[in-house]
Amino acid sequence: MPEKTAPDFSSWSCPLPLRDYPTIVMGHGGGGKLGNELVEHLFLPAFRNPALENLGDAAIFELGSGRLAMSTDSFVVQPLFFPGGSIGELAVNGTVNDLAVSGAEPKFLSASFILEEGFPLAQLAAVVNAMAESAEKAGVRIVTGDTKVVERGHGDGCYINTAGVGVMRQGISVGPNRAQPGDVVLVSGTIGDHGMAIMSVREGLEFESQIRSDCAALNGLIADVLDAVGTSVHAMRDPTRGGLASTLNEIATSSNVGIEIDELKLPVRSEVQSACELLGLDPVYVANEGKAVFFVAPEAADRALEVLRAHPLGRDAARIGIVTTQHPRMLVARTAMGSNRVIATQIGEQLPRIC
Amino acid sequence: MKYLNEFRDGQVAKRMAAEIRQITTRPWKIMEICGGQTHSIIRNGIDQMLPPGIEMIHGPGCPVCVTPLALIDKALAIAAQPGVIFCSFGDMLRVPGTDSDLFQVKGRGGDVRIVYSPLDAVELAARNPDKQVVFFGVGFETTAPANAMSVHLARQRGLKNFSLLVSHVLVPPAIEAIMSSPENKVQAFLAAGHVCSVMGFWEYPPLADKYEIPIVVTGFEPLDLLDGIRRAIIQLEKGEHHVENAYERIVTYAGNLGAQQLLAEVFELSDRSWRGIGLIPNSGWRLNDNYRNFDAEERFQISGIHTEESPLCKAGDVLRGAIKPESCPAFGKECTPRHPLGATMVSSEGACAAYFNYGRFLSAEELANSGAVHA
Repeated sequence: MPEKTAPDFSSWSCPLPLRDYPTIVMGHGGGGKLGNELVEHLFLPAFRNPALENLGDAAIFELGSGRLAMSTDSFVVQPLFFPGGSIGELAVNGTVNDLAVSGAEPKFLSASFILEEGFPLAQLAAVVNAMAESAEKAGVRIVTGDTKVVERGHGDGCYINTAGVGVMRQGISVGPNRAQPGDVVLVSGTIGDHGMAIMSVREGLEFESQIRSDCAALNGLIADVLDAVGTSVHAMRDPTRGGLASTLNEIATSSNVGIEIDELKLPVRSEVQSACELLGLDPVYVANEGKAVFFVAPEAADRALEVLRAHPLGRDAARIGIVTTQHPRMLVARTAMGSNRVIATQIGEQLPRIC
Repeated sequence: MKYLNEFRDGQVAKRMAAEIRQITTRPWKIMEICGGQTHSIIRNGIDQMLPPGIEMIHGPGCPVCVTPLALIDKALAIAAQPGVIFCSFGDMLRVPGTDSDLFQVKGRGGDVRIVYSPLDAVELAARNPDKQVVFFGVGFETTAPANAMSVHLARQRGLKNFSLLVSHVLVPPAIEAIMSSPENKVQAFLAAGHVCSVMGFWEYPPLADKYEIPIVVTGFEPLDLLDGIRRAIIQLEKGEHHVENAYERIVTYAGNLGAQQLLAEVFELSDRSWRGIGLIPNSGWRLNDNYRNFDAEERFQISGIHTEESPLCKAGDVLRGAIKPESCPAFGKECTPRHPLGATMVSSEGACAAYFNYGRFLSAEELANSGAVHA
């Protein structure tokens, strides 16, 4: 696009942010500040409507006599196959989870493929079979789809978009803006597994023990929690891109509360911790694909934890913190040393450091 | 996790802090050289555990921070050239040059890649004979051996398409520069443990003698740092000044001889500009005559770049320990991790980033409006 027809960034709703990067950089897709700014200053003003407004994992709206949830997600992971899963499992589970944490029972999915010329059919078949199996396991049906092919060099083998529709459960009202002071923060298992699994294969890093992605559909686990203590659950989220830190910061901001977590209580596999140490990364910022965070009223927390731990996907569930009226909109961690530190939302992607 | 969790024990840390309070009778100013140590101190709140008179001054040991702006601009110019694969460690990508950063060069089509080892860049060169592969080799003595190995291997394999854009800096000349400054306030140093794992600590006794300062080789975990600080204070209180090794599980007096041999084979001493500090004589390494043809600055004759530091940025004063990050008028205002004016706000080892990210001295509003890089 020639220079003079470029949009005038200064006229956008907030004059500050987008001008730092006049072109899209990888950080815009990293689940951090830069991505949030695209949503806030470009997409939201352009598309504004009540269902979009709450910026949840899924939009919730009334249709006929029912309340429905709808969500969509695109998958561009490289490599396509990694320890613990593939782009196929991710594409189904990602959308299923976005619906489930919104309080919906996921029902129907669409699947669109953007394939690069030359992509081996055998690999496509493996991806599609993985999707079919995941859908079967999650109890959803893939009911519509589309295929486009781009010229060699214009794609990265296979991109997938899925969208999903679910039916909202009765009597549940969860949302990122509903966390309340006193709520207990629970996480359904170890953090950072997916991001480090991808990084270890993508970058050819060889660790002693293989790190496997945690990719899984969470609708069963979430249904168990909601069946047991549904009315006491105020917020749920699956901490994917940007990790636990981004998710908790988002909830702190949306609910206008402070969140305090105890670093020592965060469940982290030792191989993930080691890999993070080696690369200078912090597991709280590393992506998960099969974990959920719950904000639960204090009197229901023990029961919720019990239910989580009884589910195969929640064995390592832990109580990691509380919601407080102190330091609103901030996530603060108590360190092993007994001091406090702020965990901010990161700007873009985490960068491995020099030494 | 072995060798890590043992050194993060909160109870032991409390006991060590109590001991430090007991032995301290006067205020002391101690500089930790290395940015990794700065981050560990701030992240773990070590400075808050110390008695009020003990001030930790944050040193210049952040490789990303002291790399001169002119060299970053040069890197951007090389990375933007067609036919170049420009490789770097991750945290150089967001460091602002005069007009841009490597992320933006990548966004505009430059082939910029994050690698985890310069040897990966050598492999890339072997696999892409039609491309020029450049590795951005910055850092202190810690990263130098791997960079030396990369050119050594490239020469051995006869790779004509690999080069190093190199800016190595050294700790001992930095200590000399700090101690020679008339405004110096530093009374003891924590030497950087990982630098000493390569170089040993035989270079330090003459400095301890000349400037009459305690130097304690120190690690990076909370208990390592508390032990280093404790030993420095014991010396200060007794009026002693010698070199001690508080990182014995990693560092020996002689260091890694194989690495030192390789460094001598590949590099020679040279004057270096330190961003924010200025020229320090004999404070860095460049490729020597035998390896000169692997020098990216020779291979890509970049000229006519316009380099301009932000007049607001006080990174130089921060790096010399003259001011704390929050004393810079731009800190948290014009300068944040999302819009850094100087490298100390970008690098995961920079002092300004450490202060910012762990939420020191900021309101929720300021934090909410800015975002942060991770530790």
